[in-house]
Amino acid sequence: MSLWRHLVRGLRALTNRGAADQDIADEVESYLEQATAALEASGLSPDEARRAARLNFGNATAVREQVRSYGWEDAIAAPLSDLRYAARRLRGNLGFTAVSVLTLALGIGASTAIFSVIDGVLLKPLPYPQSGQIVALRHTAPGIHIDDLNLAASLYFTYREESRVFQEVGMWMPDTASVTGVAEPEEIPAIAVTNGFLAVLGVQPAIGRRFTASDDDPRSERTVMLSDGYWKSRFGGDRSILGRRIIVDGSAREVIGILPPSFQFIDRKISLLAPLRMNRADIRLISFCCQGVARLKPGVTLAQADADVARMLALAPVKFAVNPGFSGDFWVSARIAPRVHLLKEYLIGDVGKTLWVLMGTVGIVLLIACANVANLLLVRADGRRQELAVRAALGAGRGRIARELLLESLLLGVAGGGLGLALAYVALRVLATSGMEHLPRIHDISIGPTVLAFTLVTSLAAGLLFGLIPVFKYVRPQLSIALRGGGRSLSPSKEQHRARSLLVVTQVALAFVLLAGSGLMIRTFQALRHIDPGFSRARELETLHLSIPESQVKEPERAIRMEEEILRQMAALAGVSAAAITSDLPMEGGTNDPIHAEDQAAQAGTVAPVRRYKFVSPGYFSTTGARLMAGRDLTWAETYNRTPVALISENLARELWRDPRVAVGKRIRSGLKDDWREVIGVVADLHDDGVDQNAPAIVYWPLLQSNFESSATYVFRSVAFIIRTPRAGTPALLGELQKAVARVNPILPVADVKTLQSVYDRSLARTSFTLLLLAIAGGMALFLGLVGLYGVLSYSVSQRTREIGIRLALGAPLRGVTVMFVRHGLFLSGAGATCGLTASLALTRLMKSLLYDVSPADPATYGAVSAGLILAATLASYLPARKATRVDPMEALRVE
Amino acid sequence: MSEPNTDVIQGTLDMLILKTLSLEPMHGFGIARRIERISRGVFKVNPGSLLTALQRLERGGWLDAEWCVTENSRRAKVYKLTRSGKKQFENETADWSRRASAIARLLKAEG
Repeated sequence: MSLWRHLVRGLRALTNRGAADQDIADEVESYLEQATAALEASGLSPDEARRAARLNFGNATAVREQVRSYGWEDAIAAPLSDLRYAARRLRGNLGFTAVSVLTLALGIGASTAIFSVIDGVLLKPLPYPQSGQIVALRHTAPGIHIDDLNLAASLYFTYREESRVFQEVGMWMPDTASVTGVAEPEEIPAIAVTNGFLAVLGVQPAIGRRFTASDDDPRSERTVMLSDGYWKSRFGGDRSILGRRIIVDGSAREVIGILPPSFQFIDRKISLLAPLRMNRADIRLISFCCQGVARLKPGVTLAQADADVARMLALAPVKFAVNPGFSGDFWVSARIAPRVHLLKEYLIGDVGKTLWVLMGTVGIVLLIACANVANLLLVRADGRRQELAVRAALGAGRGRIARELLLESLLLGVAGGGLGLALAYVALRVLATSGMEHLPRIHDISIGPTVLAFTLVTSLAAGLLFGLIPVFKYVRPQLSIALRGGGRSLSPSKEQHRARSLLVVTQVALAFVLLAGSGLMIRTFQALRHIDPGFSRARELETLHLSIPESQVKEPERAIRMEEEILRQMAALAGVSAAAITSDLPMEGGTNDPIHAEDQAAQAGTVAPVRRYKFVSPGYFSTTGARLMAGRDLTWAETYNRTPVALISENLARELWRDPRVAVGKRIRSGLKDDWREVIGVVADLHDDGVDQNAPAIVYWPLLQSNFESSATYVFRSVAFIIRTPRAGTPALLGELQKAVARVNPILPVADVKTLQSVYDRSLARTSFTLLLLAIAGGMALFLGLVGLYGVLSYSVSQRTREIGIRLALGAPLRGVTVMFVRHGLFLSGAGATCGLTASLALTRLMKSLLYDVSPADPATYGAVSAGLILAATLASYLPARKATRVDPMEALRVE
Repeated sequence: MSEPNTDVIQGTLDMLILKTLSLEPMHGFGIARRIERISRGVFKVNPGSLLTALQRLERGGWLDAEWCVTENSRRAKVYKLTRSGKKQFENETADWSRRASAIARLLKAEG
């Protein structure tokens, strides 16, 4: 109870300090009155009594202070009143406060924005229980030149049956599902998964059940699970959907479960989950079709998992027969090895490097901002030298003065942080819609508790950082100088300027680093833009996906004829100059398999390296704008006749036969039992893996083939259409395209409509994203650095007005005075640029992985940055210098 | 003054205040005067210490304070013992007597 009383009284005293003080003062007063009255009663005159009472009482103020200082609230009240004082002083100088808070808000806002991206993408765990146990099952196969290899169905069963380290193994592959009979026919994003998939993730359906082993069996009834969003939008969240059948890809499938609303997997939007149906008995050894995920047993490390996978890799050829058409020693010579990753790391990839570089960048911007504010504070503290000296002379403690100065800067820091948070919020909204859509885990980015804590700590640290500089300089004032009346007779000493000059040099150096970084990114971007990707004018290429299910058109040739008919309908549209079909769009990959050349015997013990396969219609190359280096294009007749022909990319032709022209007429095949196919043409290289990656060797096959990869008939039912027209990307064109499809087959949904330009842009997304942010940061740094330089020189001019007056009065030429200040500015920025150059050479090495075709020490970049910086610095120095020449000698000497 | 007056012994001021107030409610100066008078001027109460002690005892819940008009028709803050103050006073007195008699015995002891 007494503790409660302490608390309540303390709070009351704190919130109503005036009343509490008044009460104490009243009591002291009444005590004195009573004492006076008592002395009077003992016979003293009123005056004598009052004097005696006061004498007896001692120093009334001291007593008041003594009583007042009792209680816990006093420990808070003093800093509080300091805080109020600091706030009042900041309010008193709105210009200074606004500039400082804005500067800090820029720095802190940028840091907060990037940090929240880092937090969302790199730091937060994946949204599954014990997500640290979930791994992606990747492999490498150095024997066939593949760094990153998928999971094969044979390995999936091997891992399930033999593993000692996995609790559960799942396999999945991205898929689309065309749903008919619900609304308009539509193609929705889906994934095909084995029954262990959801158990690996630890996800339970919101209603219904998960897939079981029987769902994976091709002989059982087909089943599906729906996402919460799809269920709500198409079926109104009707729970009776369970057990009902919907038409997916032309066949009825029973809905067995609904995923929880929180479900997400990788960054794929998923509306439907279908079982990945396989008959174990039909599985052959080699078919790296799918992606693998697994949940480790508790306590198992990645190294142990790798070791166990390596053991099981040797078991797979024993359990599964090798595919016909593959040599028996393929498995051994491919040298398949495990590469188990945490699912999170696999998902993030190497974006972490980019993000940390950006974090460093905004950290530098923040430092520059701090330096600017420190500079302003120094000027302010300089103006208060006398006041501080007087207070120190009157006995103000050093701690008290230091506390006051620090509180002021902490307050600035917190205000800047608050505003910065708002800026970061806006910046994230902007980034989310423009630059970052290709970032992994973008939906996990938010301003949460971690980010708030980061902002608070950053704000306080920044406040402390720039606050301590004036504290160190001014808390121990040289009384004699400061009290001497504003140093009337003195120009400011060099010593006084040193701190500010040092800050400016630092700022310029840091700005140099950022500008050099942005310069290198610009050079990278230019280099990438100059690379011929292997297609032309992508902005005019509209693309869309279609698939013709077997349930609709059973006969393979009829499916291709339907595709051709749709193509002709599209080509006939107004403004369309060309159209073609492909299995996989440029820059969207394809399948990977080895190639054997007839006239080149395989060396013993090695396997033919895998090449990229794409399947195309006639006219594909002329539509995309790929140059034919030798030979000719396919014809529709060859496609329907299943004539054994193919085209290859230039680099493959050079690798195998040194010369594209020689390649025409040579024969190649995929499987060892396939028919030989004649190379009828050689096409220019295509940067299929991204502009910044080497162009892979590509083989282009017809859409319809016989005796290919051990199948009697090989047909592409799920294809992309490419249409060249200046109207690409317009809604009107899309409508016409949909009608063109409907004229041939009204229930085929059109999916994934986009221009090839967007595919191209995506391959540059990381570079342009980094470039954009670095350029913004560099611009901010340059601006803040120049403001700092300008500020220091202007202040120096204003401090030296008298000196300038004297110089001018003694006959110094105006030009000489200007040159003096500009030279000072150039000296500072030159020193900064020199330090910056050295620092950049060290720091830009960290961003080597982001660069393309540019050395981190690119002389052109450094030259341009140095020149630009010096030029800008000259301008920033010239402005205050001009002000100096306007000094009127008479005025200057008369001031003060 | 015939006898040199001394400041109140450290730690006993609280007890002296409680004792004084156990007789009747009183204001600050009254308490000081009463202590000085009863101790025949041996103890001199420092007003700062007294007012702080009153503040402390009130916060501790042993005293209640109220502004009243006194017999000489002046306003004064009058303190009175609360129930827990009474108990505290009894404890302190018992404690003090025990210690005082122990000290007295020690001082009287010979050889």
